[in-house]
Formats: sequence, C-alpha cells, structure tokens
Amino acid sequence: MAGETPKLDELEKGPWPSYVKEMKRAAKKNAAAKDLIGVQELSFNDKVTHWKHGGIVGVTGYGGGVIGRYSDVPHLFPNVESFHTLRVNHPAGWFYTTKALRNLCDVWEKNGSGLTNMHGSTGDIILLGANTAKLQTCFNELTEIGFDLGGSGSALRTPTACVGPARCEWTNINTLDMVHNLTMEFQDEIHRPRWPYKFKIKISGCPNDCVAAIARADFTIIGTWRDSLRIDQKAVREYAKGKMDIKNDIVGRCPTNALEWDEKAKKLKLIPRDCVRCMHCINKMPKAIRPGKDKGATILIGGKAPIVKGAMLSWVIVPFIKVEPPYTEIKDLLHKIWEWWDENGRPRERVGELIEKVGMRIFLKAVGLKPVPQMIKSPRTNPYVFF
Amino acid sequence: MPKTDIGPPNFREMIPEVIKKNYGRWKYHEITKPGVLRHVAESGDELYTVRVGSPRLVSVDFIRDICDIADQYCDGHLRFTSRYNIEFLTPNKKNVEPIIKAAKKIGLPVGGIGDAISNIVHTQGWAHCHSAATDSSPIVKALMDELYTYFTSMKLPAKLRVSLACCINMCGAVHCSDLAIVGVHTKIPKVDNEKLAATCEIPTVMASCPTGAIRRHPDKDVKGVVVKEDLCMYCGNCYTVCPAMPLADAEGDGVAIYAGGKVSNARKPPMFSRLIVPYLPNNPPRWPEVVDVIKKVVKVYASNARKYERMGEWIERIGWEAFFGLTGIPFTEQHIDDFTYARETFRTTTQFKW
Repeated sequence: MAGETPKLDELEKGPWPSYVKEMKRAAKKNAAAKDLIGVQELSFNDKVTHWKHGGIVGVTGYGGGVIGRYSDVPHLFPNVESFHTLRVNHPAGWFYTTKALRNLCDVWEKNGSGLTNMHGSTGDIILLGANTAKLQTCFNELTEIGFDLGGSGSALRTPTACVGPARCEWTNINTLDMVHNLTMEFQDEIHRPRWPYKFKIKISGCPNDCVAAIARADFTIIGTWRDSLRIDQKAVREYAKGKMDIKNDIVGRCPTNALEWDEKAKKLKLIPRDCVRCMHCINKMPKAIRPGKDKGATILIGGKAPIVKGAMLSWVIVPFIKVEPPYTEIKDLLHKIWEWWDENGRPRERVGELIEKVGMRIFLKAVGLKPVPQMIKSPRTNPYVFF
Repeated sequence: MPKTDIGPPNFREMIPEVIKKNYGRWKYHEITKPGVLRHVAESGDELYTVRVGSPRLVSVDFIRDICDIADQYCDGHLRFTSRYNIEFLTPNKKNVEPIIKAAKKIGLPVGGIGDAISNIVHTQGWAHCHSAATDSSPIVKALMDELYTYFTSMKLPAKLRVSLACCINMCGAVHCSDLAIVGVHTKIPKVDNEKLAATCEIPTVMASCPTGAIRRHPDKDVKGVVVKEDLCMYCGNCYTVCPAMPLADAEGDGVAIYAGGKVSNARKPPMFSRLIVPYLPNNPPRWPEVVDVIKKVVKVYASNARKYERMGEWIERIGWEAFFGLTGIPFTEQHIDDFTYARETFRTTTQFKW
C-alpha cells in the first residue's frame, strides 16, 4: 500500500489521531475499506467527490435508517460499488458497556467495512459502508444484539439529549429518560418517513445547551427553572478567598445586572426578578451557585441549518412546562404540530419555514397556544396587522 | 423475520454503578486538570472523567482498544460526547493517571474541557457523501494537528467550538459555532437535460430553487430547464431533489469560513456565525490556506479577548471593523449580505470605529 496513496499517507503524520491510520487498519481485514482508501486518494487528485447521487436501499419494514451510496468509479474500485450507511440509534447520553460495543464491532466486522463514526451529526452510530446484499443480514444481527436503526429522510430523526442527570448537577429535567421515552414512543415516526421533510427533537438539561438543541432542532427542549437560583454564601467566600474576581468576572458579566457583590461582607446578592437564567455565574462558581428548585423546561420551535430559506434559531413557544413521565403534554403538542405541518407544509419545508411563511399567529392558533410576551424579543414595528 | 421497532438499548443498562447510585443527585464539579473532571454527588461519592479526542472515522479495532481501557479501569463502561470525544468514567481517583497513560499509549490526546478547543464536529466529505463541496476529515486532521495544544491545555479566554460542514446542507449544523468551515460551490449546476427528463419532474426542480433561478428551457422542444446565472447562489438544493443538476467542480469548489456563533445562553444569547472568508480553494491533503486563516483568527482571539469572552462576544464588543483590522482578513463585496434579511445587517447608526 505504501507509495500508492502519497497524499493520503501525509495525513498519518502529526499529533492528532489519524483517521487514515484507522482506514488502513480496517483495510487490512476488509476489501471495501481498502478500496475506500483508493477513492479518497482519487478525490484528493480530482478535487471532487466520487459518490453518486442517492439510490434507494433499505431493510424490510423500514422506510429509512439506511443511506444508499454508490461509487461513480466502480471499474476502479469494485469493492465499494455499493457502500451504504446504516444509522444505528445510540443509547441515550451515548453511554455504553464494553460488551455492547464489542457486540456491535463483531456484527459490523462481519457485515460491513469495519469503519464507523462514533457518532454522526444526528447522534446515531454510523456504520459506514455495507454492500446491498449484506444490509438485511446486518440489520437482523443488530436487532439480535439489541440495537435498532435511527431516522433518515423525511422522518423524525434520532432524538438526542445531553448527559443530564447521569453526570451533571445543572440539569433541570431528566433528559435521558425523556429522550428514551420519546424515542420508544415514536418508533414509527422514526422508521417510516411520511412528512414534508425532516424533524428533529433535541433535549438539553440547562441553558448551556450542550447538544445545540436551539440551533438544530425543530423541537427544542431546554431545562430551566422558575424560582430563584440558589447561592451558598460559604462557598462564595471560598471562591473569593481564591483567585476569583467576583465583582468583575461574575457580577460584572451578569447580562441583566441581577447580581450585587458586597465586598465587605463577601456576600453575593441576587435580584431574582432580574435573572434571565443565562448560567454564567453558575458555570463559573459551580460549588456556590445552583439552579432553582422549581424546575421544568422551555420549549422552542423551528431551529435548522440553511437549506432552504436560511439558518434559524428556535423560537420560544412554551416559556415553562413541568415535565414528568410519561410526558403526555409534550407528546400531545408534538402530534398537533406534526398534523398541522403535514397538512400545510410543502415538500422540503421545515416546520420553522412554514411558520415564517404563514405567520406565528396562525401556528399558535393551530396548536392551541396562547400568545405571551416571552415568545418575542419585541412587538412588531409595522402597521400591517390582521384582525 | 427480525423484530422491528425495538428502539435503542435502554441507557439504564449502559451506565456504570456510581451513576446509577447518584443519578440526578450530583452536587458540583471541578476541572482538576486539562481533560479531567471531578464530579461530587450529594452522597459524597466522586466520579472522575477523563476526556480524550478521537478522529471520529474509526475502525472497529479502535473501538476494541478503548473498550480494553474501559474494561481495565472503568468496570466496562464508557461514553462518547456530542463532539466525538471518548469519556472514561471511574469513581476511583487512583485510576485517573493510569487511564491517561493508557490513552496516550494508543495515541489519544487528553483534553477538550474548559477554556479549550474541543474536537471539531464534522461531516462525511469526499469519504462518503455525494453532495460534498470539500472533504472533511483531512481538514479536521490538519487543523487539529496545528491546534493540538489548545486541546490539551486551557489557555484560551473561553471555550472554542470549531465545526465543519462539507456543503451548505450542513448536516453538522455548524451555523452557530465560534469558527465554522463550510464547503461551498461557486459554479452553477451543469444541467443534464436528457437525464433530467428521464429522472426528475421539471416543476419540482424549478420549485426547489429559493431564488427562482431555475426556468423552463426556452426551446419548447427541449424537455428541461436552464439556470439563470445571475440568480444562482450555488446552494445545491436543486441537486438534492434532482441528480441531473450537479454542482461539483474541481476548480470552483472550496471552503468558506464563518466566525462568532454560539449556542449557549451564557451571558449573551445564542448567535449565528458570520462570514469572514468567502472562499479558499480545495488544496488536499492539508488545505494550508484554511489552516492559516483559522490559526491566525484563534491567535488574535486568544491574545485580544477578555476573560470568559467567547469569539462572538469578543467580536461584538470590538466591532467587525476592528475584527477585520486585527486579523488582516480582506473585506470583500461577498461579506455584505444580499439574501432575505440583508437589511438587518446594514449599519443604521453613525457609531463605528475607524
């Protein structure tokens, strides 16, 4: 192999772990992985991709979960003529036992290229490169070890959540239980695409939003609280004794001037009605400041990447909701949103784009939500008002 | 027949004992050193996390390697982060150094926590995608080789999130990153009307264009479309709905860079990333032009931003005119928006810097 792929080989050098080394490890055992190395070098020379557009493949009973991929140079690299992707739904929080991971490795080594992404952008385990004949067997064996496919196409995409209560003191909701519950409830919506376009649900336990829910989820759930954040003055004094400049770096950076610092008494005071729960003081003083006790979630809608009408951040539609299993209120709201969007959306129109087109007023009415000032940054400036 | 719709494994079967015991009852945490977290529960139990970087595109043997470490030191449990890092979790403080040693032995960097660069979120690129305008894993590798010490230390003003999408479909949703690298086309689709007539519906192809650049072919005898060059901004939506509209072009394709986005609500609300470099060529295997710009911006940010200031907060405070001045990045006509909400980005005050 050495010398055949000089450009690719260059990427084995340097301190950061090399994906090329990984491709070569897989290539020792698998002919498709070996051909993939050749395809990469060819793309480096030609400066274009050598994968053809689409191709519908799948497993029995599902409309998604497998992404069809065919080479446009099968005469040069016959082992990647078909090189499909399986999206495999990860366990919530991306926690694994080594037993589960080793099982997964064995199934994939037997049925595919042995190359994976841990994980893909949506959150799934990505099994990269199976040929058409192996897809069903691979799926069957995945289900035998307790794994199932995730979403693709115009379906509910694999919901994801931050690590939440498993290892974070800031979470205001049980992100992992909620994401597992919603994923199990909506298996049909995940596996059988039927909507105008994709729909994503992402859940973050606090406004730090570690899974970028506000930027990429059509339905964004972010944990928050309604009462006052909790301050442990003894721990505050410990921080003050240390290197921390509380006046400038904590109080001075509060976006709404909701904090006051009494230098003499070494006391941090909060004006609860002015706090917007941004997390800055909590992030910097985790031993001294914690979220409040009246916990719940804010729900936002419409986040997405640019295609088609530009990128959007999600918009607040439910400022506060208590979230307890079995999450009936959230499921009901999702069903109402899906029904309205499915009825009114054009092909490839995300729910946020539809809301922008017909108006938030129409959307709120359709799903039965009352307008409240928390939904907007400011009222309109124009006089073009419907009554 | 296999069972369908069984869903993912239940996370409760995947989490280690110390987490089962203290689930939802964590009290606080601290970063004890780069790449190491110490969480303390209400019960007094401790949980140590060692975070290591990974190349994302890995072989099954790589997964077996990290399983070996987890079997030896973490009772057979591990987790991944949303940015492809691996986290080894243990209640035993004495396991921390051996885990670090074992990770380093197989070439994995320890870090990515706190005021550092974490792993670069990215997409498939030429390794696996039909619509890629650039490759992804090689650029990430080249960048992380250069930014390595920002991963293994905590010397930045705040966390720095870098992301890469190999086309503007952005399956990686990079549009709210401190630094975003995006594959772009700069040539209009090469319409194959014969293929189009055979495989696509003309009204659907026309309707897919957000700027109305796709028109019915003026020659009534040709069943197909033409693209109005002055209206096309190369988004590729038509190619997604119809394979007869390919945009890939060895000379035209390249990379754009955006800066100043974030998703966290801390201090300032979430922000979009904004265009700083409209086009750099695809230059495999290490994309030196892209690496140079990113390195320069990170360096200027690191030496100019105030404590805790994310990239976007820093730029907002000093102003974009100062950002272009400090970085020496040329300002071009492409920086001025001409899409739907362009007017929101035009300056409506006499307040600005020289």
